[in-house]
Amino acid sequence: MTDTSFAIVADRLVKVYQSGTAVAGISFALPVGSITGLLGGNGAGKTTTIAMIMGLVTPTSGTIRVLEAEMPRQRYRVLHRMNFESPYVEMPMRLTVRQNLTVFARLYGVDHIAARIGELAAELDLGEFLDRPTGKLSAGQKTRVALAKALLNRPEVLLLDEPTASLDPDTADWVRGHLERYRVERRATVLLASHNMAEVERLCERVIIMKQGRIEDDDTPAALLARYGRETLEEVFLDVARGRQNLEAAQ
Amino acid sequence: MSARNPESGISVYRIAAMVERYWYLLRSSWPRLLEIVYWPAVQMLMWGFLQLYVAQADSFFARAGGTFIGAVLLWDILFRGQLGFSVSFLEEMWSRNLANLMMSPLKPVEFIVALMVMSVVRLLIGMIPVSLLAIAFFGFNLYGLGLALAAFFANLILTSWAVGIFVSGLIIRNGLGAENLAWTIMFILLPLTCVYYPVSVLPPFLQYVAWALPPTYVFEGMRALLIEHVFRADLMVQAFALNIVFFTAGALAFMQLLNSARRHGSLLQTGE
Repeated sequence: MTDTSFAIVADRLVKVYQSGTAVAGISFALPVGSITGLLGGNGAGKTTTIAMIMGLVTPTSGTIRVLEAEMPRQRYRVLHRMNFESPYVEMPMRLTVRQNLTVFARLYGVDHIAARIGELAAELDLGEFLDRPTGKLSAGQKTRVALAKALLNRPEVLLLDEPTASLDPDTADWVRGHLERYRVERRATVLLASHNMAEVERLCERVIIMKQGRIEDDDTPAALLARYGRETLEEVFLDVARGRQNLEAAQ
Repeated sequence: MSARNPESGISVYRIAAMVERYWYLLRSSWPRLLEIVYWPAVQMLMWGFLQLYVAQADSFFARAGGTFIGAVLLWDILFRGQLGFSVSFLEEMWSRNLANLMMSPLKPVEFIVALMVMSVVRLLIGMIPVSLLAIAFFGFNLYGLGLALAAFFANLILTSWAVGIFVSGLIIRNGLGAENLAWTIMFILLPLTCVYYPVSVLPPFLQYVAWALPPTYVFEGMRALLIEHVFRADLMVQAFALNIVFFTAGALAFMQLLNSARRHGSLLQTGE
């Protein structure tokens, strides 16, 4: 495989804050068109890893390359080909959904903006609140708007942080289906951070489990289930989080 | 400048997108629009009536017609220019949208230019009605200053941007805990730049400080124009030279603080 086969390549990535080490020398490579789950408890280093991929945080050492650009130094070469969604980052409350999406479409250099927004409104069922102030939406509606913003520029690399948080089960399932179709149709590379193990099991062909800034395990969901002798990814996650694998190995 | 290509140069298209966004924000709230006019109008009326009063008692002030009103209007260009810049920037912090912008193709220089444009827009919304009120109440025509007004305006707005850029960098690095600086930092310039009195009033050591600040030259220039009817181009050139230094220092500090924020992960936590 050549380098162009990988959309994201992290090499011995380290991030040390004054409060401690958030990411402690992780390496991974995500092939183009793959969908990978990033799992880990609170403080495992998932958000910092995603922030380094987006160029929002500068690594202390190591390198991160996205679509062959070194982040954050060469970020303007690739930021228009990427996007992200997180419930922890919001959009201006007083602007309507349409105004917010229009501004972001312009920032990302999207062509035929009105048509693209119409397309996303139909796909994500935003039509009824497109002209409502973003601050007046329910949590679930805001999540759908954030997803629309993340898909505006048809990104080749899509980073998702809890993409179905606050959604009812039916809408969440529908969003997962949409993301799956998007990835296949656009051959997009998706990195998904989630605490919803069923979601990760359904969507991801590979799972990276982080703990205290390190990669504890990295494999396909099926291989992880077999290795830990568990039936669900949630049980595997708990094993890793509570260090059961090490405990059993020691016994 | 490129139109839309995210990879090259500065994009007018992205700057326009940000200006459009701030315009949407501004027009979505009539109390905010009213606030832009309200305080400058109150200030101007208060100083205007004071000037009328002292002019009755003192022949100097009778000759120096309009210096107080002129000073308050020019001070508002400086103060409101910086506030217009900083408030637009703070909108991003209040709405937790900064990370969205920083992870988009928007470049820091485009962000700053959009904030500069918005500071002028907000300033014009506030100053045009107030300057018309000054004509109506006191017969003071700011526009009668002609080309001198353009020189005063250019120098004051440059200083306001330099301070606004620096404060925005501090807020990016330190979060909303530094927000109060946006509202108060300019007041240190009020006594030091001699808005309402000549530099000669200050103690000698403070005069050195005053002459290191670009607005001092503008306010001295305004008094020369209104009292002695002389346009001091030399003062404007000195102010402009100092402004280049201030603006460059503000922009460099902003970039340093932004890079520091990327190193410290401050862009992830834009709260207190």
